[in-house]
Amino acid sequence: MRKAKHPAIFWLFLAPVLFAFVVVIVIPFVLGAYYSFTNWSATARVGDALKLVGLANYAGILRDPSFTYSFIITVVYTLLNMIAINIVSFGLAMLVTQKLFGRNVYRAGFFVPNLIGGLILGYVWQFIFDNAVPSLGTFLGFASWADPANLLLAHNTTALLAMVVVGTWQYAGYIMVIYVAAIETIPQELIEAAQIDGASTFRRLRSITLPMIRQALTVTLFITLVNSFKQFDVNVSLTGGGPSAMFLGQPIYGTQLLAMNIYNQGLKSDDMAGGQARAVVFFLVLVIISVIEVSVNKKKEVEL
Amino acid sequence: MKKRRAARLVVPEILSIALFLLFLFPFFIVVVNSAKAPFEITQSPLSLPTDWMKILLNVYTIWTSANVQYASSFMSSVIITVSSLVLLNVLSSQAAWVLVRTRTRLSTGIFIVFVAAMVIPFQIVMFPLLTWFREIANLTGVRLLRSYAGIILAYIGFGMSQSIFLFHGFTKSIPFELEEAATIDGCAPAQTFYRIIFPLLRPIHATVLVLNGIWIWNDYLLPLLILGKGNNVMTIPLAVSNFAGAYVKQWDLILTAILMAMVPIVILFLFAQRFIIKGMIAGSIK
Repeated sequence: MRKAKHPAIFWLFLAPVLFAFVVVIVIPFVLGAYYSFTNWSATARVGDALKLVGLANYAGILRDPSFTYSFIITVVYTLLNMIAINIVSFGLAMLVTQKLFGRNVYRAGFFVPNLIGGLILGYVWQFIFDNAVPSLGTFLGFASWADPANLLLAHNTTALLAMVVVGTWQYAGYIMVIYVAAIETIPQELIEAAQIDGASTFRRLRSITLPMIRQALTVTLFITLVNSFKQFDVNVSLTGGGPSAMFLGQPIYGTQLLAMNIYNQGLKSDDMAGGQARAVVFFLVLVIISVIEVSVNKKKEVEL
Repeated sequence: MKKRRAARLVVPEILSIALFLLFLFPFFIVVVNSAKAPFEITQSPLSLPTDWMKILLNVYTIWTSANVQYASSFMSSVIITVSSLVLLNVLSSQAAWVLVRTRTRLSTGIFIVFVAAMVIPFQIVMFPLLTWFREIANLTGVRLLRSYAGIILAYIGFGMSQSIFLFHGFTKSIPFELEEAATIDGCAPAQTFYRIIFPLLRPIHATVLVLNGIWIWNDYLLPLLILGKGNNVMTIPLAVSNFAGAYVKQWDLILTAILMAMVPIVILFLFAQRFIIKGMIAGSIK
């Protein structure tokens, strides 16, 4: 049927996306990999003769406590966020898949935060943590809540937990929707049969619901893992990276996640080459996570 | 039996209402504090405002603020989001179609490269993208920084991988006989696609619109780098952050700006709720 191996329409229909792909992804990606081995700066042009510096930018990362610190807290944040989001959203999904009067309204309400960008949500919660919470404390009779020294955003640990709260609030509705879709595919007879056999709610959850939604679980865990690891917007508007702290004898930003660390290194510290090398490390971690995810999925398919 | 079941649902119903109110509490905070004066906010951020009319004054202040340029920022956000979405839907679906229907090694190879590119985080290309876009302007005179063209091109580049992946999966399931019939009737390939296949892709169009729409409308980092703060082309998130940076801790006005940023989205959601939630699910399960 086909005369040419690749008919004109093939190239015609592919041309626009190939163009965008090459201009926006391929060329900057290759340039970036190269720049991370040079003394590149913000003002350098593409044609400039950049000096190759070998692994100096990567060696610089190892000597930089702020990157190590960001890496550690990003891992901690990602794990906490993943666990919190998935537990909360699974709980919400269990609730709104029952025959409740207002279940469509509840679903919509839980989903709404997901429509608003992380940047805006971060500002809203900054106000809540800095103003509403102290005021609530005074109202409830906990005067210590109103003490500026006790503000949640004034300490590293609590500020990081505050980011988890905001992250959970933002993503729970979205992840809930995925769980709801999975739970609704479970045959009703299965649950009824278990009920007749006298299985407790907990038992039904463990033996029917959880195994039946395993596929959705891999999806939600991966989405929450990657999104938490890349968090930037909420970080900027909620804590701005602060408060400052000491790490390995150096002052650092106490809640600066990796994405923000890369941004600040490149643009605020005017060290584009260093920022780029950090971005390469960031990218490699994401590649490893994705490879693990794909192989876990493959294994599951075999089991099924 | 029925009565017992209803009784059993009382606890989850009440729990859901409590959680529902808890989830919407931050929105309540935004609304009530947008109608307060600065001293009123610091004294009682939780109470209802003494004078709701104050909200009009605050909205007027934001509307006329040079840092926000609400009308122009809103229009820019609409132009960028709508153009990117239309182009993403058209270009990705037609690309996915030829990739599915052409069974060659090259075709498979291109698809695999596109899919693999989904792993690439924005962070690894963002700095070189700036230098490279500046260079394109020097070489060709086409301005991509601080321009609609540049940011829309960037959104197509970053959104296409996932969109093509979604369209590809669905197109595969469309029987080829449908197209053959059209070809026999004398349809040119492009016509076959736009008349026969394109309309069949509706569920995936919905997914691509919703997933990318939420992302592009709310995105902060990419516009921050490509457009920059305080320029004539600003998106809503840029405008809000620009204002919050200039009026530090002036919460009455910052929260009003946030309210004005939220209202259009929430209204859109109320109208298109089913469409949006369905689109979200289809995209994530794939």
